[in-house]
Order: sequence, then structure tokens, then C-alpha cells
Amino acid sequence: MTTDTDVPALVEMRGITISFPGVLALDGVDFFLRPGEVHSLMGENGAGKSTLIKALTGVYAIDAGTITVAGARRSFESTADAQEAGISTVYQEVNLCANLSVGENVMLGHEPRSRGGIDWKAVHEQARGHLTSLGLELDTRSALASHSIAIQQLVAIARAMVLDAKVLILDEPTSSLDRGEVEQLFAVIRDLKEAGVAILFVSHFLDQVYEISDRITVLRNGKLVGEFPIDDLPRDALVTAMIGRELSDLAALSSVADREIPRDGAPVLRVSGLGRKGLLEPADLDVFPGEVVGIAGLLGSGRTELVRLLYGAERADSGTVEIAGESARIHSPRQAMAHGIALSSENRRAEGVVADLTVAENMILGVQAQRGWLRPVPKAERDAIVGEYMEALGVRPADPALPIGNLSGGNQQKVLLARWLATQPELLILDEPTRGIDVGAKADIQRKVAELSAQGLSVIFISSELEEVLRIAQRVVVMRDRRRIGELDSSDVDLDGLIDYIANADEGSVAR
Amino acid sequence: MTAVETTPARTGGAKAALVTFSTRHASVLPTFAAIAILIVLLVGAQFQFGNFVSPGNMSALLYDNAHLLILAVGMTFVIVTAGIDLSVGSVMAFTGILGASLLTNGVPVWIAIPAMLVGGALIGLLIGVLVQQFDVQPFIASLAGLFLARGLAFVVSLSSIRIEDPVMDWLRTRFSVGGWYITPTGIIALLTVVVGAVIMHRTRFGRTVYAVGGSEQSARLMGLKVARTKVMVYVISGLCGGLAGLVLTAYSSAGYPRNGIGTELDVIAAVVIGGTLLAGGRGYVLGSLVGVLVFGTINTIISFMGADQSWTHIIVGALLLLFIVVQRAIVARSERGS
Repeated sequence: MTTDTDVPALVEMRGITISFPGVLALDGVDFFLRPGEVHSLMGENGAGKSTLIKALTGVYAIDAGTITVAGARRSFESTADAQEAGISTVYQEVNLCANLSVGENVMLGHEPRSRGGIDWKAVHEQARGHLTSLGLELDTRSALASHSIAIQQLVAIARAMVLDAKVLILDEPTSSLDRGEVEQLFAVIRDLKEAGVAILFVSHFLDQVYEISDRITVLRNGKLVGEFPIDDLPRDALVTAMIGRELSDLAALSSVADREIPRDGAPVLRVSGLGRKGLLEPADLDVFPGEVVGIAGLLGSGRTELVRLLYGAERADSGTVEIAGESARIHSPRQAMAHGIALSSENRRAEGVVADLTVAENMILGVQAQRGWLRPVPKAERDAIVGEYMEALGVRPADPALPIGNLSGGNQQKVLLARWLATQPELLILDEPTRGIDVGAKADIQRKVAELSAQGLSVIFISSELEEVLRIAQRVVVMRDRRRIGELDSSDVDLDGLIDYIANADEGSVAR
Repeated sequence: MTAVETTPARTGGAKAALVTFSTRHASVLPTFAAIAILIVLLVGAQFQFGNFVSPGNMSALLYDNAHLLILAVGMTFVIVTAGIDLSVGSVMAFTGILGASLLTNGVPVWIAIPAMLVGGALIGLLIGVLVQQFDVQPFIASLAGLFLARGLAFVVSLSSIRIEDPVMDWLRTRFSVGGWYITPTGIIALLTVVVGAVIMHRTRFGRTVYAVGGSEQSARLMGLKVARTKVMVYVISGLCGGLAGLVLTAYSSAGYPRNGIGTELDVIAAVVIGGTLLAGGRGYVLGSLVGVLVFGTINTIISFMGADQSWTHIIVGALLLLFIVVQRAIVARSERGS
């Protein structure tokens, strides 16, 4: 179903230009959003998607260009202005207040009032109504923090409905949802579309984009590539438009997973019965030299907990860890690093980058931590490391003196990868290294992982994207409900097989 | 569409009720703990001294601590936004001496009292603008406010000024029923608590205060009026400083520029003991009332024992430590989720 181009646009953005120190983030971009359509905004990291959205939601001021909403010329000074104009946004990172109740988060700033002030009964009734329309049955008086991220995301969407938005912007809303929740969200999006809401959808899941969108606008390097009805833009054409090069890069990687790994020697890492009450049931894990082991499972299945326990970021209450055949006691990340283990966290913003420091400073943090603060890294060595990895990973913009907060998610992730590679680890643990980043950066990171493992580095690779796990891991450990349920050889199983295994495999059965 | 999560309530059973309570009201627990401590203190003192929980003694608790209570209400607003206001003790001294000076110079009371309140609010406004517009740490901005107000107090007068004014005298008249009594200053303090609690819980402004303390970034993206709210909490705290200045001046029938040195710390301690989280986002005005009563009761017990008043600070310090640890534990637990 495609919407008619003749329908006048609800939002018209013309010639939008925004620049930051040293970066022209948007260069004369046009964007049109029509009522009753789902319009996907696509582009690599750093293409200007987030910047365009922030211009439309009043977070950034525009340097040039015009924004017209429902025929009226607008200039937004703040998010409140944009909401006033009927534009609501649901962000990738849930932007709600965890200290308040679910109902209050839905209604905050729009609480029904009676003579005695806020009418709490009505607040919760209305909130429940909005949540129910999303198919959510929640105790609206419970604290938001007591719910999962996925639920919080849906609460954020319920909040957008309260604002009676004419334009709903969904910025990577599905990155932490499981399949059922995505279906639920899409049902809601279709309802809203029927009701004439203009929906701007951003996702890096191509399947989802093709499932839900009517139209796609592609950006590249801050410039408009074009606007296309969904039927006129096959996937390979889309990817080519986004990254300006052919997709064969990713396909070429598929040989990596088929590489034979000799598993007769001592494993680099042998974990037996590692667990902690309430966090993870005792689990085993072996990693051999040069092997990439994938950990697959849904969000909250215990995959992150497993690596955090073995890295010493959480204290285990059972189990042993052997490194290169020798028993090791790891009670802190520092000890893990001393044993040649590096972990890049799934939480890029909170546990990864230090936003105010420069790219170079962020990159050097791992090496500095290894040396201890008494022995600063000499400038020459520092420049050498930074130069080497900027080049090797293709960090853009290629300016190590820029604050890392100015970089796109994919480029931040590359810097984090560089941080840990610079420490010369024996075992590299990557937790969701490609979440919320674009195809180009994703391919760069996957290629680098494949290349390093071929040189003998062992890698534990966690990702929600099962295709990606199958593509680069030789072996996949499957987790469910905070329990290891088995492992698969990735050459024996295809995507559907893995999904089926995650969903249905009996406990304890090991398919090899 | 299937329901994603079911309501834990209404499935019956005491355990389910407990789960519901803990997902809904974990943030009230520190305040309950403060109430429990208050009861333990009162019962313990009653057993020890026999005549502790007497009408006179309990009435004096409010009478002697009215100014502290008013300051605690304002401080609760500030701390819930994750800020801090160190200026309140000095603001109280400044507005007190200002009022006393105006009155002795023949300025009518209906001008002097509003002048005290406005003076306090202006210093609060200054701190709020520094915090919001110039992005100064609340600690530093209110420290500047502390020095400014204390300096201004000494500019007004270097020594104590006695006042004789019918309205100020009336403010400390005791209305008695049996052995109980209450003064207009006590009523003002209690009204401040009620008004503060209503603003915090029944107005959009109050809810924005909590939202800012929970996550300022989120509050901004939710389209709430963050800047205005952050300035306003300091104005409210300053206004409470002015009101406390009035109450303390009436209580001691004199203005004194050295009043309230260190009082800001007593106030912060009382607010934290009452269950408000220093990290912001959680806390109750009524909790601060309990916190002030705990503080006052400890003071009274110490004087009953005839011990040195410095023991008050040692005990309050220990309690504060205990409460902060308890709060950390509760927050850590609720963040981990159910």
C-alpha cells in the first residue's frame, strides 16, 4: 500500500542545513512527510538521520532552511514547541523517568486536573486506556523501573498518543524489542496510520523497514540521495543508495563461519558452572584459539550476564574460570584485563564512551588502564596507536581531536573496538557491537572481527541479529531464561533452525 | 494482540500484595523507617525519663523547630530536583535581621514582613539563575548565596537587634488546650508543610520537580518546563528562608546576624532522614516533617539527659549515615527490578 504523492505534505522540510564544529551534519536536505504514511528515513551512521530528526523535534536549531507543519511556517526552540505543533518522538534510548510510576510517565505534563489539583484517579484511568489501546495490561501505579526496557519503550509510545500527535517519530524503536513486541508495535503503527498520523520510522532492521513503510528517504553524508516509494526501491538498491557501494562485502564474510577450528589443544577460556543466584544459572563455555563463539538468545536471556560474570563485572557465586589451561580468579574487570580479556559493553552510552573526551582519549583509555595511571602513555606511542586504528577501522570523521559525543553511533562503536584491540587481548568479548548502527559500519566491524580471528584472536560475539551471529561465529551458544540451553555448530544450522532452537529446544539437549 | 504483562495485583494472596506494594511504593520505605525511628525515640525516652511524651514537651517540639521545618520544606523541593541549597541558614539570618532593622526604624509591619519574604526569594532567584542559566553546580551557586546572605546580614547590623512589635509578639502567643499549646509560628510551619505537599503531589509543577530529579534529559525531551522548574525550586527555598527568618525572629524577639550558622546542614540532614534521596527524584515533604521531628526529638532527649549538645550532632550524623546506606540499598534493589 502506497500513499498518494498528491496528498499535501503535513511536514515540509526544505533546504535544511545544520553544521557543528568541523562537521556539516546536514547539507540542504529536503524531507516531506504526508498524513497516513509510514515514511522510513534511511542512511548510514553519520548520514544525518538523527540530526534531521532533532531538527524536526526542536532539539537542534537549523542554520538554514524552512520547516512547515500543516501549512504553517515553524521554528522550534525546544521539544515543547515541537510537541505543541503535534510532533512527538519516541527515542531509541528510553527517555522517561524511572523514578515515577508507569501511569505518570504516560501522562506527565498532561495530567487531568480537578479543583483539588491533579486528579490521580483520572491520571491512572487515562493512562490505562492509552496502554490498553497498545495491547498492554500494566499496573499503572507500579514504578517504571520495575519493567523491562521493551515495556518502557511501549510506555513511551503510549505517551506519544496522549499528546494526540499528528506526526509520530519513531527513532530505532525496535532495537530492544523481541519479535512479539515488534508485531505489537507494528499493529499500533498501522492503527495510527489508518487514523491519519504521519509516521517517521527509523530502524536499521531492513526487514522491518520493508514490512511497515510506504516510502523511504535516503540520506548519505548529510545530503539527500532521494525519496522513493517502497515498491520502486528493492533492497540491494536501497543498500547501494545508503552506502554508495555494493553489498557484496557482507556476503564475502560468510566463508568465515565455515573455517575449521582445531579444538584439540587447550582452550583459551574454559568456564565451568559459572553462575550467580538470580542472575544466571550455572553455565559452561569454552573458547578455542582463533575461534569466534556467538552467544544467541533474546534480550534478558542471560547472554550479557554470562560475559559480565566471566569478566568480573559481576561477582559470581559459583563456577570456575580457566585461562589457557590454568585456573584463574577474576573478581574485577581489572583482573580480567590482566588475563588478556577485553569486554566491550552493550551499553555504549553508559559503559562505553566518555562523551566529553576526544576520540583519541577514548581510544587510549584501555591501554592507559592496563599501564596504570602512574605511567602515562608517551605521546608518540599514543599517536601511533590512534593513527593505526583510525585508519584500520575507518573512523569518520577522521579527526582524533573531536569529542566522541559528536560522532555517530557506528563510529563510536569503532572507537570502542579500537580501545580494546589496542590492549592486545587474547580474548575479545563484544556485546552487541552492531546494535543501532548502519550496514556500512556493521560490515566494517564484522570484517575486522573476521580478520582478527583469522590471525588467532579468540572472540565471543553477542548479537540480537542472528544472521550476523551465524555469519561470523563458528559455534553458537544458545541462552534462554537466564540459562544456557545448548550449542550449535553454525555450519549445521540456518537462520530458521537457530530461531527454532532458541524458541523450542528442550533444556539440556545439545545439537551438534 | 496479546497482553504483554499482567497486573500483579488482584491475583490475591499476601505475597502478591507485597509484590504490588514494592513495585509501587518502594520510595516510601525510607520515610516509614524514619517514622519507626521517631516512634522508637519517643517510646524509649518515655521509658527512660517517665515524663517525656507530655503535652508541653510535644508542643515545644513544634514551637522550637518551626523555622527548621519551614526550611526543610523548601529544601525538599531543591533536593528532589537533585540540587542542594546551602544558603538557607544565612538567608534566614539575613531576612531576620533585615525585618528587625526595618521594624526598629519605624517601617510598618505590613511592609517589613513582605520585604523579608521578597529578600529571601530574590537570593533564591539568584541561585536558581546561576544554576540554570550559567550552568553553575548547585553546591557552588548556593555557597555563593550563603556568603552573600551572611554578608548582607552583617551589612544590616553587626549586633543583635531587639524588636518590640505587637504583630511579632502575637506570632509567638500560645493558644492552649489542656497542656497542649500552639503558636502562630507553629501554624505557619504546618501550613507550609501542607502547601508544600499539595504543590509537590497535586500540581504539574510539582510532578515536573520529580521528573527533573529522575532524569533531567528525559524531562526536557518530554517537553516539560525544565528550566523554569529548576529556577523555581530555588526561589521556593529562598522564600522559605525568608519565612523561617520571620518565624525565628518572632520566636527569639530579636534579629541576630549570626543566627543559623550551620543550620543548612541540620536541614539537609533532617530532609535526608525523612526519606528524600540526595540523588534526586524521590522524597516527600511529609517525610521532611518526620525528619525534623526526629532531629528535634534527639535534641530534646540530649537536653533531658543533661549531656552536651554536641552529642546531638554525633547522633544525627550516625543516623544520617545509616539512612543514606538504607536508601542506597532500596534504590539498588528497585533499579534491579522485580
